[in-house]
Amino acid sequence: MDAVLLARIQFAVTIGFHYIFPPITLGLTALISIFLGLHLKTKNELYDKIAQFWISILIVVFSIGVATGIVMEFQFGTNWEKYSRFVGDIFGAPLAAEGVFAFFMESTFLGILVFGKKKVSQKTYFMSSLFVTLGSILSAFWIIAANSWQQTPTAYTIVNGRAELTDFFAAVFNPSTIPRFTHAVVGGWIAGAFFVAGLSAYFLLKKQHLDFAKKSIKIALIFALVSSALQIELGHVHAIQVSQTQPEKMAAFEALFETRKNAPMVLMGIPNEEEQTIDYEVSIPGLLSFLVGFDTDIEIKGLNEFKKEDQPPIMIPFFSYRIMVGLGFYFIMMALIGIYLYWKEILDKSKWYLTLLLYSVPLPIIANEMGWIAAEVGRQPWIVYHELRTADAISTVVSAGEILFSLILFSGLYLVIFVLFVFLISKKMKKGPDLAQTGY
Amino acid sequence: MDLNIVWFILIGFLLVGYAILDGFDLGVGILQIFAKKEADKNAMRESIEPFWDGNEVWLLTGGGAIFAAFPHVYATVFSGFYIAMILLLVGLIFRALSIEFRNQVDSQAWKNFWDKAFSISSLVVALLLGVALGNIFIGIPLDGEMNFTGSFFTLLRPVPLFVGLTGVLMISLQGAAYLLLKTDQDLYVSAQSWVRKSWLLFIVFTVLTTVITAMTDYSKIGLLFSSFWGYLATVLLLAGVILVPRFLKREANFRVFLSSSLIIVAMFLIVGATIFPNMVPALIPDYSLDIYNAASSQRTLFAMLVIALIGMPIVLAYSTFVYRVFRK
Ligand code: HDD
Ligand code: HEM
Ligand code: HEM
Repeated sequence: MDAVLLARIQFAVTIGFHYIFPPITLGLTALISIFLGLHLKTKNELYDKIAQFWISILIVVFSIGVATGIVMEFQFGTNWEKYSRFVGDIFGAPLAAEGVFAFFMESTFLGILVFGKKKVSQKTYFMSSLFVTLGSILSAFWIIAANSWQQTPTAYTIVNGRAELTDFFAAVFNPSTIPRFTHAVVGGWIAGAFFVAGLSAYFLLKKQHLDFAKKSIKIALIFALVSSALQIELGHVHAIQVSQTQPEKMAAFEALFETRKNAPMVLMGIPNEEEQTIDYEVSIPGLLSFLVGFDTDIEIKGLNEFKKEDQPPIMIPFFSYRIMVGLGFYFIMMALIGIYLYWKEILDKSKWYLTLLLYSVPLPIIANEMGWIAAEVGRQPWIVYHELRTADAISTVVSAGEILFSLILFSGLYLVIFVLFVFLISKKMKKGPDLAQTGY
Repeated sequence: MDLNIVWFILIGFLLVGYAILDGFDLGVGILQIFAKKEADKNAMRESIEPFWDGNEVWLLTGGGAIFAAFPHVYATVFSGFYIAMILLLVGLIFRALSIEFRNQVDSQAWKNFWDKAFSISSLVVALLLGVALGNIFIGIPLDGEMNFTGSFFTLLRPVPLFVGLTGVLMISLQGAAYLLLKTDQDLYVSAQSWVRKSWLLFIVFTVLTTVITAMTDYSKIGLLFSSFWGYLATVLLLAGVILVPRFLKREANFRVFLSSSLIIVAMFLIVGATIFPNMVPALIPDYSLDIYNAASSQRTLFAMLVIALIGMPIVLAYSTFVYRVFRK
């Protein structure tokens, strides 16, 4: 098989697997800080018990995030040597900054959160949890700044065949950094909120640990509602950004073959690349134009504006984008219903809802993955948008066989890790919060 | 002093920081092979649990800093050492999991498995990093395009292998010295004997490595003694080696740890002093990657320096705080 394809599959597998865990970490740490803050404020020991249980779960999520993140840090050099030479002058700095400003903070203060409860004051303990939360957000910021630069490169000149920095801040705050950073962090909050809500629903269904589960699910549902509502707006801002900076990607998302005014928003359908149409199309006329500029007369560029060899694939971005957006609306619905049931005091009797909530735990992770797949596949055939092609970016000295070897090794390993993850989480759920022990 | 030299030193600083800090937890992992009692194994792993991840971040930051400051070094070495790098990554994955997963299930078979995984992965990681450093020390085959032209077996030449083994012993010494600070009773006595043994073996292997280097490539020895830094490194190495047993006898345990750390500093200084101004010496000298042809632009090096000057003091401050919280 072709080395470029293998390297791409390998990148998708390793980052796709890594990215199961960071979103949960982002959400869980934020919720743990909230619980510890409530404990500090109300002195109600139940909040502390809740926090301790989720910390004991966080350890598992976090350690897999670490184990798989290490691969990410080094694989630009192993598999994408040409890319590393081309972007190093710009891309390396945020990666190093992530270590200096984020990873140190996360890992150091997590030590206190897990092992230091009896060794520090309650206030310091709470502060440590804030630093863990802040660290995970900073980590998202720097890595996403790096990624956003390759999506919408700014502040560079090409010297001797590589991109050289002209302005550090302009490169870090390139046009897509803030929309992508906020969207991805809130995506993580949604994942954490549904994780906590769904697993608390499990206890309510089993009629175990009721006090614990009711408090936990209430706060998680509020957090879910706030972040899902916020996400629709952030996604909208992001979409406007994409249509301005990467029009061919937006055209792929919407399977828009021809440039047109009054462009529709496709709700459902299957793009037909041969006929340049969408089969079984269900769409709302003019809505895409309207959403981008609040005016149906706005012209949206179609794929016909771009040379064939510069066009992104359509199928994958089209469907992954739709799944993400569809799930976004589902999350709001779920959070609203849950809060309504809670307010009516019938939540713990609504078996159907609790069951649905439990099975919804993986959905935000899927939404997050779909978002990245849309963003990254929609960027193809470029690895650095309009500057470097993916096909020209891989390591010349590494053979297809070597990549295949490492791909099989990582895939096998990750499969085992995933099984262990599910096993360990279900084990902790069976044990319940009374026995959750962290540290000593 | 120009920015390129500053970054050569700063990357050295990050790598030394990594070797000293993650060194002690890698060392504890390696020594766990020799622990017999269940309770000892537990105590050993617990002694590093709150710290190991923070320590490993030194490696991640070092990797990121190399990417940012010397992208060609990052690209050449990591793609060239492909299979070795993959094995290193698998080792690091297993280590992370073994430390965190071991106590999650109450089954002896489960615990035994992760204990083994912890020891073996620690050994593999320490060995591979040492062998990689050994290769950088004597130079690797590169072409005019900065690409590695050797194979996996090129990496296993005698000198790098011996550097790797010496490195493992240096790391064991560091781990044993750390255990002196964190243990008592039987385990403390074992730690004392581990310090003595690793110290002795370290000396033997350092001498062997020197002899083999002199036999295969005498010029390296010459390079070492051609600069002030080379002499300084040698003096520091001797000082560290002499001080370890002295402090051990007086049970000045923190000083044993410092002396062992001094050995690590000296070893890195030896490599740095012999390769400077190269980063990755090539077998054909014209093709070497040095601190100029492998570097990022001056603007990036400067931006990175600002990041380091703001960030590292903060990191050192809260790391110190956390180490104090967990003082025995
Ligand atoms: C939106 C956030 C986000 C994104 C896009 C990524 N990561 Fe990640 N990463 C995290 C958010 C995160 C995190 C939440 O901060 C983790 C999870 C566990 C942890 O330690 O931090 C993490 C862990 C983590 C670690 C281990 C850190 C440690 O030992 O403490 C490394 C080396 C990386 N990541 C590297 C990467 C690279 C090179 C990525 C891109 C290609 C990447 N991550 C995507
Ligand atoms: C964390 C969530 C992410 C996910 C799930 C993700 C997903 C993907 C996928 C599926 C591909 C393969 C695309 C294809 O080959 O068609 C890819 C490629 C790539 N992405 Fe991302 N990505 C993520 C984040 C990032 C980040 C943060 C960076 C940079 C720091 C990045 C840089 C790259 C690079 C270098 C490639 C390989 C070359 C390419 O195919 O373009 N990605 N990613
Ligand atoms: C509901 C409406 C939503 C809209 C309109 C929307 C919009 C977008 C757009 C336009 C992109 C592509 C950005 C690019 O190509 O660079 C994107 C990416 C992404 N989305 Fe969404 N999104 C929505 C919901 C969600 C939800 C609910 C989640 C997760 C829970 C999510 C997670 C992501 C992620 C992780 C990415 C990839 C990173 C990025 O480019 O920001 N999105 N979204």
